[in-house]
Amino acid sequence: MDGAHDMGGAKGFGPVVPEPNEPVFHGDWERRAFALTVTMARPGGWNIDMSRFARENRPPEDYLSKSYFQIWLAGLETLMVERGLVTREEIEAGKVLSPPKPGVKPIAPNEVTPAIRRGGPTEREAKAPAMFAVGDTVRMRDIHPVTHTRLPQYVRGHLGTIELNHGCHVFPDTNSLGKGEDPQWLYTVRFDGPELWGKGTDPTLSVSVDAWESYLERET
Amino acid sequence: MSDHDHDHLGHHHHHDHDHSELSETELRVRALESILTEKGYVDPASLDLLIDLYEKKIGPRNGIRVVAKAWSDPAYRERLMTNATAAIAELDYSGRQGEHMVVVENTPEQHNMVVCTLCSCYPHPVLGLPPVWYKSAPYRSRAVSDPRGVLRDFGVTLPDTTKIRVWDSTAEIRYLVLPMRPEGTEGWSAEQLAELVTRDSMIGTGLPKQPGEIA
Repeated sequence: MDGAHDMGGAKGFGPVVPEPNEPVFHGDWERRAFALTVTMARPGGWNIDMSRFARENRPPEDYLSKSYFQIWLAGLETLMVERGLVTREEIEAGKVLSPPKPGVKPIAPNEVTPAIRRGGPTEREAKAPAMFAVGDTVRMRDIHPVTHTRLPQYVRGHLGTIELNHGCHVFPDTNSLGKGEDPQWLYTVRFDGPELWGKGTDPTLSVSVDAWESYLERET
Repeated sequence: MSDHDHDHLGHHHHHDHDHSELSETELRVRALESILTEKGYVDPASLDLLIDLYEKKIGPRNGIRVVAKAWSDPAYRERLMTNATAAIAELDYSGRQGEHMVVVENTPEQHNMVVCTLCSCYPHPVLGLPPVWYKSAPYRSRAVSDPRGVLRDFGVTLPDTTKIRVWDSTAEIRYLVLPMRPEGTEGWSAEQLAELVTRDSMIGTGLPKQPGEIA
């Protein structure tokens, strides 16, 4: 979706302000919000693409006025309410008002480290040959899905060059909707700065995105 | 508790907020945890373990070891550049948000910088969780359109002729920058070299320390 999360090239946000000696978490609630989100994914039955969509799918003023972990918290609440794990009333009341959803098994302490060390690889076996080769010129499709996509607005419609082929990976646009992994070839596509930002752009700049095959069309 | 808890995503300032708003989020998280625990969905001991992992084991010191080894061991550097995921796993770093790693090398001709304009994708096994600035709107918006300006925010100026290459992490590939080994470090051990590597130099928003900068 063309939401406030898609920030590449936006103006007016001001300088980057690094925080010296920044801690991993700012306050205990960030620790707990982070850990709850990570440990609820498997019992809750959602994938990473559903999580990302739950975070970004909100009004721009809401997205921009929340801190990072407040967005995580809001996303977690949405995912749980959608699946009937908790109700909005329970979240607002801050206490249990309905029985638990049957069959939900928590992550046990002895599963934590192995699960993190394993992660969630997204590469899948290829079912068809890659359409594009390294060095090919491609045009990014100008699409505007109302659902989750990982094709940022600032590259849509622009010409780029295939730089790397990463194999076939789970496609977020369908996986976020529970419509299957639909693995597709994934490429790093590189753009010259002036192609993205116009004449007068620093000619030494180039930018790449990682793009699934269906985001691309051949430019002849 | 610091006053940074509410640095809104859209703002770069660290606001001082009134405490009622602060405690509202704190209370909400606390209540949610007790609901989920009571319903049997989470085990608080698992939360503690996960937090401990991310505060004590998974952090930039891991990436620093990778870079220092690459600087001091040409065969390792070669493996890192051709199959980063496997080479990083040799040092026992793997998993969540680092399943598919690519290492990009800085040279006198080209400087690399990594961003995630859409969220906060970052190579956790080697760098830990991202700092607030990496997740902030100023960085996510400007890294792809004005990287030299971003570098200036970090106090870094590169020659006008150096190519700037920005990697937007829009998929599950995670990028680690291999900075240039500082001059004047001939014969240094991996342990000595590690003193020069900074987190920001592995994101591309900083440069390694020079030999004269460490005691």
